[in-house]
Amino acid sequence: MSVIPADAAPVVGDGERHRPWRVLLATAWGQNRTKIGVAITASLVVIAVIGPFVTPYPPDQGVEGQLPFASPSGDAWLGTDTLGRDTFSRFLAGGYTVLVLSGLSTAMGVALGVVVGLTAAYSRGKLDDLLMRTMDVVLSFPQIVFALILAATVGPALWLLVLAVGLTTIPRAARVVRGAAVEVVERDYVRAAEAIGLSRRRILFSEVLPNITSPLVVETSLRLTFNVAVVAGLSFLGFGLQPPAADWGLMINENKNGLVIQPWPVVLPVVAIGLLTIGTSLIGDGLARAAIGIERGRQGRE
Amino acid sequence: MRGLRGFVVRRLFLGLVTLFVASLIIFAATQALPGDAARSFLGRSATPESLAELRAQLGLDKPLTTQYWDWISGVFTGDLGTSLANSLPVTEVIGERLVYSLFLMVIAAAISVPLGVALGAVSARRRDGVFDQITSVITLGLAALPEFVVGIAFAVIFSTTVFSILPSVIVTEPGVGPWHYPKELVLPVATLVVAVVPYTARIMRASTVEILESDFVEMARLKGLSERRVLWRHAVPNALAPTFQVTAINLAYLAGGIVVVEAVFNYPGIGLLLVYAVRGRDVPVVQALALLIAGLYVVLNLVADLATILVSPRLRTSFS
Repeated sequence: MSVIPADAAPVVGDGERHRPWRVLLATAWGQNRTKIGVAITASLVVIAVIGPFVTPYPPDQGVEGQLPFASPSGDAWLGTDTLGRDTFSRFLAGGYTVLVLSGLSTAMGVALGVVVGLTAAYSRGKLDDLLMRTMDVVLSFPQIVFALILAATVGPALWLLVLAVGLTTIPRAARVVRGAAVEVVERDYVRAAEAIGLSRRRILFSEVLPNITSPLVVETSLRLTFNVAVVAGLSFLGFGLQPPAADWGLMINENKNGLVIQPWPVVLPVVAIGLLTIGTSLIGDGLARAAIGIERGRQGRE
Repeated sequence: MRGLRGFVVRRLFLGLVTLFVASLIIFAATQALPGDAARSFLGRSATPESLAELRAQLGLDKPLTTQYWDWISGVFTGDLGTSLANSLPVTEVIGERLVYSLFLMVIAAAISVPLGVALGAVSARRRDGVFDQITSVITLGLAALPEFVVGIAFAVIFSTTVFSILPSVIVTEPGVGPWHYPKELVLPVATLVVAVVPYTARIMRASTVEILESDFVEMARLKGLSERRVLWRHAVPNALAPTFQVTAINLAYLAGGIVVVEAVFNYPGIGLLLVYAVRGRDVPVVQALALLIAGLYVVLNLVADLATILVSPRLRTSFS
C-alpha cells in the first residue's frame, strides 16, 4: 500500500525507473504459457544451431544407393527428398537461416521503428503527421507483397529479404512506440531534462526510451513471430535461399509434389516452422499479459 | 447527414493520397532502383541491341518523371502496359484472375467474419469458462501459424496421407471459373478462414467483455431483459465497431496471405500470378498487381470505416 505513485520518480538517473523490463520479464516468467513458449522456442533454436554440425549425411548431396522420395529406412531414417538427399540431414541443416534472417530483419525494423516512433511522439505537429502518414502508406502493402516487389527487379537475394522484411516492420513498430511515448514525453522528468539543456537525442534515448520498454518488448516478440512467418513464406515461394542450399521453407517448396509418396521432407519443416511461431507467440502473449497486469497494479496503487 | 458526407469525402481523399504515395513507392522499387528491369528480365543472354530494344519498349530510356507519368496515366486509362512474359496486355493477363481471387476472398470473409464474431461474443459471455479458455488457446495458436503451414497441414491431413478425401491442387481450364470446382475450393477457403477467424474472435471477445461491463448494459439487465437479449441486442452491436476495423485490416492482409495460399493450392488467382511474374521478372505485371493490392487495402479500410458508423448506434446518431 504505497502512497507514492510508481512514476513519481523524476530524479534523472534513478536506477529503478530505468529497469521496468526486468519486472516485466520476471512477471512474464511466472506464467506457464511463457515457460512453454520458451521451451518450444529454445528446443528449435538448439536444433537449428547444433543441427548443421551433426548431420548424418552431407545435406546437399544424394545418399548413395537411395532413390528420390525413398521411404524411411535404416540408412535414411526419414527417407530421402526429391533429389535422393537425406531428409533428416537437410532438416538439421536448414533451420538456422530462418532464425538468422527473421532475427536480423526484426532487429532492423524495430530499431528504426523506435527512431521514427520516438521522433514523431516528441516533435508532434507537422513532422509527426508526415512520419506517421508515411508509415500508413507502407502499411498498405502486405509484408510478403512488398518483399516480392523488391525481388522483381533485384532478384532473390538474402540481404534483400532482410531489407524488405525489416522495412515493413518499421511502421508496425513505430505505431506502437509512438503510442506509448506520446504520454511519456509529457512527464516531468522529460521537462526537467529539457530544462537542463540535454540534447534531443539524449532525451529520447535515455529518458523516454527506458520508460516504454514494456510495450516495446511485447511488440518485438509479436513482430518476430510475424517475421518468422514472412521469411519462411518467402523462402517457401522460392525467394529465399536458392538450391541446393538446405532451408526449411525451400524444403517444403521442393518436395511438395511428392507429398503423397514421401511426406517427411514436407511435414518435418512445416511442423518445425509451425512450432517456432507458436513458441514465440506464447512468449509474446505471456509478456503482453504481464505488461497489462503490471499496468493494472500500478493504477490500483494510485 | 452532412457530417457523414464530410467524413466520407475526407476518408476518400486520404485514401487517394495513400494510393498516390504507394504508386511512388512501387515505381521507385521496380523502375528507379539501380538494377534495371530490362537487364534483369533478359539476364545473361542480353545483347546490347536486345537490351536497348527492351529499354525502349519499357520506356527506360526516358527521364524518370516521364516514365512515372506514362505509367500512372496508363492506370487511369486502363492501359497497364504489356506483359514481358507473353506479350499480352497486362489488363488481359490479370483479367479473370482478379475475379477468381476476389471470389476466394469474399467466400473466406463471408464465413470467417460471422464465425469470428460469434466465437468472440460467446467467449465474452462465458468469460473464463471452459469454452472461453479453449477458444483462447486455439485462437492464439492459430493466429501465430503462417498460412502456408496451415495450408500444407490441411493438404497432408485431408488429401494425402491421413484421409484422402479432398483434392489439394486445383487444375482449371482457362475460362472455367473456380466456382465450378467446389471440392477443390474447400481447402484454400478453410486455410484463409483459419487465418482470419483468430483475430476477429479475439478482438470481438475483448470489446464485448468491455461493453458487458458498461453502464448501459447494466441498465438493460436492470430492466429485466434476458441475458441472451442483453448480449445480442445491446452488447454485440456496440462491440462490432472495433471488430470491423481489425477485420478490415486482416482482410487486407489476406491479399498477402492469398499469395501464399494460392501458391500452396495452385489456385489460378492474382497471388499465384504475382509469384510467377516476380520469378519471371515481369515488371509491368508486378507493378499493376502491387498497385491493385494497395488499392484493395485502401478500399477495405474505407469500407470498414463506413461499416463502423453504420453498425455502432452511438456514432450513427452523432452523425445524423
